[in-house]
Amino acid sequence: MSPRVNDTVLTAGLWLGAGASGSVVLLIGGFLVWEAWPAFGEIGFAGFVRDASWHPSEGRFNVVPMVMASLLAMGGALLLAGPLGLLVAVFCGWYAPRPVAVVTRRVLELLAGVPSVVYGFWGLVTLVPLLGRWRPPGASLLAGTLILAVMVLPTVALLSEAALRQVPGAQVRGAAALGLRRWAVLWRVVIPGARGGIATASLLAAGRAIGETMAVLMVCGNVVQLPGFDSGGPFAPVRTLTANIALEMGYAFGAHRSALFVTGLMLLAVVVGLVGVASRFGSPRPRKWVRQGVAVG
Amino acid sequence: MRRDGLVWLGAVGLLLGSLAGCGESNGGVAGGDEGLSGRLTLVGSTTVRPVASEIAKRFEALHPGVRIDVQGGGSSQGIAGAKNGLADVGMSSRELKSEEASGVTAHLLASDGLAFVVHADNPVSELSNEQLEAIYRGEIDNWSAVDGNDRPITVITRAEGRAETDQFLDYFEMSGSDVVASLVAGANQECVKQVLANPDAIVYMSLGLAAFEAERGTALKLLPLGEVAPTRENLVSGVFPVRRPMILVVPDGASALAEAFVEYALSPAVTDLIEGQSFVAAR
Repeated sequence: MSPRVNDTVLTAGLWLGAGASGSVVLLIGGFLVWEAWPAFGEIGFAGFVRDASWHPSEGRFNVVPMVMASLLAMGGALLLAGPLGLLVAVFCGWYAPRPVAVVTRRVLELLAGVPSVVYGFWGLVTLVPLLGRWRPPGASLLAGTLILAVMVLPTVALLSEAALRQVPGAQVRGAAALGLRRWAVLWRVVIPGARGGIATASLLAAGRAIGETMAVLMVCGNVVQLPGFDSGGPFAPVRTLTANIALEMGYAFGAHRSALFVTGLMLLAVVVGLVGVASRFGSPRPRKWVRQGVAVG
Repeated sequence: MRRDGLVWLGAVGLLLGSLAGCGESNGGVAGGDEGLSGRLTLVGSTTVRPVASEIAKRFEALHPGVRIDVQGGGSSQGIAGAKNGLADVGMSSRELKSEEASGVTAHLLASDGLAFVVHADNPVSELSNEQLEAIYRGEIDNWSAVDGNDRPITVITRAEGRAETDQFLDYFEMSGSDVVASLVAGANQECVKQVLANPDAIVYMSLGLAAFEAERGTALKLLPLGEVAPTRENLVSGVFPVRRPMILVVPDGASALAEAFVEYALSPAVTDLIEGQSFVAAR
């Protein structure tokens, strides 16, 4: 085989592989639109936001409470796991003695690998009864938020630490040479330099949180309602978009089934939005920093 | 290049050959009546599933060439699966709706009831129909109103479209939006977990599964319904108010293996398995 032919074959293979993986996403999107279409025709877009409640067997299809529940659980989880994850990253990269840092990193990697149903089961038998003793029924938005926070913590921590490490050594040494203390170097140079990477880490965590199904299904209670103050605020049971699909897909047909595909489409839209924002935040800045780093170093 | 190409061609040929081989050994039935072999997939109701699994195990032991895969998914999924070919046999814990009944035959395997279940530590051991309805309508929200502890009631209802949900709503002549629930559960096993995790919970679920769990020492308590004790005897005699059919759904033109399995499941040879799980065998 001549090198030129080899190269052609490789290029064709790469095109094929990349094309196939890319088109899977498009196919899924197309499939969701195809399956959701009858619902838009039958119920109309207004039905999904203006109906009195979500009772598909009675022809009511309001999904707003579930969209809100998904967004609130995700936002709450990020609010908890974001700062904590960054602190863990700073600790591992800058303050912890080497063995401690290595162990912490391994534990986080383990945490990232635990299947979500295990978190859900732990939440159901430990966290929910604990909350239930305080404010019944226990299964609630808060329980879901806490479980999600634990689940996305490793994502935030590990990716943030990688981002901190990518800040060029020359800048760090430069800052140290100016006489800045360790905390000032971190706060003024390293964290601003890694801002893009940290934002990307948070957005990836957000994507994981909003897509999580099994764990929230087990601890959130799955009652379709807005978590308002009259219903108990964070202690109110809620149903997320993902839980709705998992709970009802097996028993749905006709307009109900089609309406579930609409909720899937909404999820996809939220995730596409998150990835879009992540790529805007993520890419340009670190590249510039790296280039400068190379020039200086 | 040419030699490589030949090798590739050979590899692809081998792969295709082996795939075709798999296709032949799958699904079909080889040999006479004693030599049943092949693969069966059962899909559907989580109420029927455990007993169907037991029957399938015994059937596999009798016919070593047969592999039976029993999956959940719910009654609607089971009926739809039998019609669109995703399942060889569907399982349902409700009667087929008229639009579902074409192209399939329903065989009554056994009967089950709908039981209201609380935690074994709950001092309440009976509730009238009026009290149950008031609890599910949100009019009674504390166990103290029905001679229980001073604790808020965790009312568990079931996901929309499930067989249990429909049977519950029919019995109390309520509609889904009348129910004020604290939790919505899916499969029957999930109900058991939720009640075990929460001593203030009440749920309605498959009587057979609940009784089976309670007999094995799980901390569940079955409540009488309409003053009829939730026992097998009362299901047999027909006095228990809510009876649920457990149905095997066979598509027209099913394989001989599927027919043989259903015939076996309906025979007296498996009555002990059905009764062992507190269901009532159809014959």
